[in-house]
Amino acid sequence: MPGIKIELLIPEMFLFAWALFLFLYDLGAKRKNSQSLGYLAMFGVAVTAVLLSLFHGGMVFGTMFQSDQLALFFKVIFLGAAFMAVGASFDIASEKIHNHRGEYYGLILLSTVGMMFLSSASELLMLYIGLELTTIPLYVLVAYFKDDRLSVESGMKYLIVGAFSSAILLYGLSILYGLTGTTDIVLMKINLSLVFLANGKIGPGLILAIVMVIAGIGFKLALVPFHMWAPDVYQGAPTPITGFLSVGSKAAGVVAFARIFVNGLIGFATDVMAPLDWGIIVAVLASAAMILGNITALRQKNIKRMLAYSSIAQIGYLMIGMVAATDRGISAVSYYMFIYLFANMGAFTIATIFNDKTGSDGIISYAGLSKSSPGFAACMTVFLLSLAGIPPLGGFVAKYLVFASGIQAGYTWLVILALLTAVVSLYYYANVIKMMYFSSESPSYKIKPPIPAQIVLFIGVAGVVIFGLFPQPILNLAAEAAKVFAF
Amino acid sequence: MIMLQYLALAAILFAIGVFGVLTRRNAVGILMSLELMFNAANINFVTFNKFIAPGGLTGQIFAAFVIVIAAAEAVVGLAIVLLLYRNWKGINVDRINIMKW
Repeated sequence: MPGIKIELLIPEMFLFAWALFLFLYDLGAKRKNSQSLGYLAMFGVAVTAVLLSLFHGGMVFGTMFQSDQLALFFKVIFLGAAFMAVGASFDIASEKIHNHRGEYYGLILLSTVGMMFLSSASELLMLYIGLELTTIPLYVLVAYFKDDRLSVESGMKYLIVGAFSSAILLYGLSILYGLTGTTDIVLMKINLSLVFLANGKIGPGLILAIVMVIAGIGFKLALVPFHMWAPDVYQGAPTPITGFLSVGSKAAGVVAFARIFVNGLIGFATDVMAPLDWGIIVAVLASAAMILGNITALRQKNIKRMLAYSSIAQIGYLMIGMVAATDRGISAVSYYMFIYLFANMGAFTIATIFNDKTGSDGIISYAGLSKSSPGFAACMTVFLLSLAGIPPLGGFVAKYLVFASGIQAGYTWLVILALLTAVVSLYYYANVIKMMYFSSESPSYKIKPPIPAQIVLFIGVAGVVIFGLFPQPILNLAAEAAKVFAF
Repeated sequence: MIMLQYLALAAILFAIGVFGVLTRRNAVGILMSLELMFNAANINFVTFNKFIAPGGLTGQIFAAFVIVIAAAEAVVGLAIVLLLYRNWKGINVDRINIMKW
């Protein structure tokens, strides 16, 4: 058939095949030789990135699979998150996982495949399958330490909440399908406009659908009030998986949100036809996320829980760009997610290595880290300062762009609130830095990360610093990505 | 108004499912309630396919995919329930509360 460019699926197909290969390789490989699996997984992700640079631009299966600039931008983020999560996992894989290392790495890659499909979906069926393909491997990964009660408990919580939210999302999607008779997002928009023009109103069905879809995707994003699972799951899951969850799965939710709302339901955010302004709902949820995330993070004693609440707050900032729903807003969101990848994956990598060495996640046990392992502490400082949004690091540019897009779109109150809560957030980020540098304790251990983790830390620091000082190349790409929505 | 009857059935199923997830304390009961929610959405899809967009098959294909996805979700769910049983010697979710706030 003309117009079907099946070769655009090659990156996804390769990564899928590579995940299956890892499953099989683990069967044949010697148990002691655990490092090779991790390197193979990293290699597979890198090859996928190369393939992605060769095959993109166009669509497959009618309009179902869009390989556009936005998808490309976010696929790079997903692959980066998978690469860094695998790199951070080496010690955990050799010490805590004894029999199923191949599945561990393979499931990370399978989840990445799901994210890649999701970011390309411009059709509800594809979007839903991508979302589930992302989440189902993550359920398994979260509960991967089978004898660790924390891990199993968080896996159960994640499964119940995740399945519950996806059922709500599905019901919302079914109503959208009923209202428009199509599952193609662009056609859906046209049909909704036609119905509106014919009747002068849309009715309660659309409102119900919008609320349900916001709730469904809000769970994936850990947006308040759908955030209850996040701290528990982040604390209990294996730490590299927590990082992967907080960056990859969150970025996937952001893409899904952008595809459905900013592309599909955009006509209903303006005054011309406004049966329901979803922008206001999301703005209120975002402000709640910023307040609750930042305030609750203040009193956390566990670094993973603290980062969980901080990521709830970060998604609040990020949604400002989304409610702005302009091309500047979307490009700011893309850039924000890109920097967030480096800073957050870096911080979770540090937490992983620290836990491997000391067996503790408490913030208090970071005391005096700068004396025994200065380089390690410096990396953590860079990541935390970037998350807090201190210039000249990437987090500052990202926050600035998002806030600017919010003001431009008229959400000044939201931006003022964001600035105030960002000041609060400084306290708990600086608290960790204070622990590491200004504590009288001097720990006896010295932390020396394994080589792959050193690579991950180097990528993280380099990304945060370089793209903070020279954001222009990434900003250009993000602007390209935002153009796909044709505002 | 036959369509409304199907939709009402789906809505009632969905409500029962939500109620079950929120009130059940048995992990398997929660998984069953989740299945009800998925199937409610399936009924919606098939109904809309028949009455709103009879020309295509999108709704029915969607429902078929959802059945598969729900099965996959149930498999992983039951595996985790098994882990719960091994670690706690029971599957009452009230007892599984190491982490709070």
